Amino acid sequence: MIAEIGLAVLWMAAALALLQLFAGFSALRPGGAVLAGIVRPLAVIQGLLVGISFVCLITLFLETDLSVKLVAANSHSMKPFIFKLAGTWGNHEGSMLLWITVMAMSGGVVALVEKRLREDTLLATLAGQAFVSLGFYAFLLLSSNPFERLPEPAPEGQGLNPLLQDVGLAFHPPTLYVGYVGLSVAFSFAIGALITRDVGPSFARAMRPWVLGAWIFLTVGITAGSYWAYYTLGWGGWWFWDPVENASLMPWLAATALLHSSSVLASRNALRAWTVMLGVIAFSMSMVGTFLVRSGILTSVHAFAVDPERGSFILALLAIYIGGALALFGIRASTVTEGERFSLFSREASLVFNNVMLCGILGIVLLGTLYPLMTEAFGAKVSVGPPYFNPVSAIFAIPMMLMMGVGPLLRWRKDRPSRITATVAIPALIVALVLLGVVVLFPSARLLPMLGIAVGIGLAIGSWLPLRGRNLRRTPLAVWGMVLAHCGIGVALFGAASESAFSVERLAAMNIGDTQSVGPIALKLEAMEPVAGPNWTAIEATISASYKGGPPVTLHPQARTFSSPPGERTESALHTRWNGQLYAVLGDEGDDGRWQMRFWWKPFVPLLWLGGLLVAFGGLLALLGRVAEDVKRVRLLDKIAFRKAQQDMLK
Amino acid sequence: MKRLILALMLLFAAPVVAQDQLPPAPLAYKQLDDPAQEAKAQRLMETLRCLKCQSQSIADSDAPMAGDMRHQVRTRIAAGEDPEAIRAWLIERYGDYVSYAPQNKPIMWPLFAAPLVFLLIAALLLRGRFRRVKVKEDTA
Repeated sequence: MIAEIGLAVLWMAAALALLQLFAGFSALRPGGAVLAGIVRPLAVIQGLLVGISFVCLITLFLETDLSVKLVAANSHSMKPFIFKLAGTWGNHEGSMLLWITVMAMSGGVVALVEKRLREDTLLATLAGQAFVSLGFYAFLLLSSNPFERLPEPAPEGQGLNPLLQDVGLAFHPPTLYVGYVGLSVAFSFAIGALITRDVGPSFARAMRPWVLGAWIFLTVGITAGSYWAYYTLGWGGWWFWDPVENASLMPWLAATALLHSSSVLASRNALRAWTVMLGVIAFSMSMVGTFLVRSGILTSVHAFAVDPERGSFILALLAIYIGGALALFGIRASTVTEGERFSLFSREASLVFNNVMLCGILGIVLLGTLYPLMTEAFGAKVSVGPPYFNPVSAIFAIPMMLMMGVGPLLRWRKDRPSRITATVAIPALIVALVLLGVVVLFPSARLLPMLGIAVGIGLAIGSWLPLRGRNLRRTPLAVWGMVLAHCGIGVALFGAASESAFSVERLAAMNIGDTQSVGPIALKLEAMEPVAGPNWTAIEATISASYKGGPPVTLHPQARTFSSPPGERTESALHTRWNGQLYAVLGDEGDDGRWQMRFWWKPFVPLLWLGGLLVAFGGLLALLGRVAEDVKRVRLLDKIAFRKAQQDMLK
Repeated sequence: MKRLILALMLLFAAPVVAQDQLPPAPLAYKQLDDPAQEAKAQRLMETLRCLKCQSQSIADSDAPMAGDMRHQVRTRIAAGEDPEAIRAWLIERYGDYVSYAPQNKPIMWPLFAAPLVFLLIAALLLRGRFRRVKVKEDTA
């Protein structure tokens, strides 16, 4: 029964979206004003209905209702609660339902709270949102129905991939999805503003919280995904330039650019066309990401051709949305003036520079990700990996990060170089000294990590300079947010560069009682014991590790064997110190009875993810600051309107 | 055509099958004694693709085939072979797909040209933008 309710409610929501699209656009015409009143309620109700549908699917998974095809294929009655829950969105259909749920609910929230935007722009925005949702409703209802029943209930579920049975991964995809969907709201705002020719500061202010929110979620999602790869895959790698990773990085890059340019538009009324364009690009990248991940095209062009329905559907959606948006942009771009002018030496100019650099990185990542698919069409199977992505993206990233130290110090519109030279000299000197130090002390290190270390340290320190000479208590939250986010980028870059420059590896075959060492750490294998979990058994090693002769700590790496479905996974053990991380992995037992062990000492690697979280936290502060400002502004306007009304009454 | 595919599949599968019969690869999980050589091997392994995994290098994989390739790389490095020569040998054996580093072949040229094109576009964009501003300021 629950499955049928879920499906029915989903159909109703789709019908409401169609109505919302129709009513929203009709209301923009002279004769359609009567319909204007129903658009907002429609968006809210649609959000609620999809929410109910999603709750239905969660219920089915928690009850492990094996008469539902999706549950039988992806769940198992023995699975721990948290993974039953996560199983809801750990598959194609469920994740698409999650997508549309977040999308419709965001639409509802926009309809409820957005009061700053011109009413017709808001109606166009909601109509645009309905248009985007409709594609996903069609996709879900016509080709990926999550509530489909089996003719006969399955005796037992097929379980979930052991690699995916991990708390980190349970919440990683939904985090990214919320980010993707946030960008769809920004896209709808951009469409709305283009339709009503209302591209200005109020549009940017309305869009900005959504971009910020999406960007925070993407940042957290990417950081968490990277850490997940780091500790589950068992080899200490944290970024592989895998297409799936790139699929999350590309929207982040576009969102970062959009975030900065919408700030310029909101406070300076400049970069109008550019901001709208980035709004379109950012959502396109989310769609490209979804297409890459969901179509199966990644494994091979041929895998895509085997089951082309879903991939073709997303590709068609992609073409309609992006083509439509670009066509609209082409028609309206001439009417969108560039906005306020600024000089070559101004904060706007530095933001434009960084926007262009971000787009450069985006272009490289997009091309590098799609290139193997393109050559495969010509019959050549090639790989594009770190040896391409790292140096080529650095061409754009390093100048950008240097500019990040300078830009925030500049004044809007026009500035004199002499005003900031003394201030910039400090971080510039730090970068130069660190670079010199690394080159002298570690002559064998590679160029990129050395540059990364120097620029990372310089940025982590230099990012605090905008606070110089400010009254810290009266500094707006958004400025604090910027400082922390920029600092986080520096910190993360330093962690990443330090890991690739200074990691030490030790592979060893050990008997119980054997000792080994990795970098500054002495290790001893104390014991091997079998252990069991809810749906796995494992062999667990007990290892004591001591840093430079200090007090020993104990680590327990495991080799786990899962029963349903059958699979194996290493569970690495980590010991974190302030200056790095010890990473221990238990491998197979050799023919001579010794155990294969792998150890890494990775100096400062935790800073990589700490930096990522710092970036997200900075975004959160900025979001809070912006929302508080907006609330204050709305209150003030209300008060003024109220006073005026009173005065009129008195007259 | 079918026969060709079958032959290709066999060819592709041959090293995997062979590896089960061959003595285990001792250097798959054992480092070279000379740290300089090991570093050299490590650098090369990080840029070779594990053919059995999704987007992992042979330096990041538990797959038996990746272990076998690590063994090959370490053995050859220890014998004093040049890393690029080993890469060329592996490419000959498994195709371009095995190397993460793009090779200098016509099909890869657009990939190398792309950053230059992007830089050019970026320069034109920035230049166009600021020249227009200049004109505006001058006329103002």
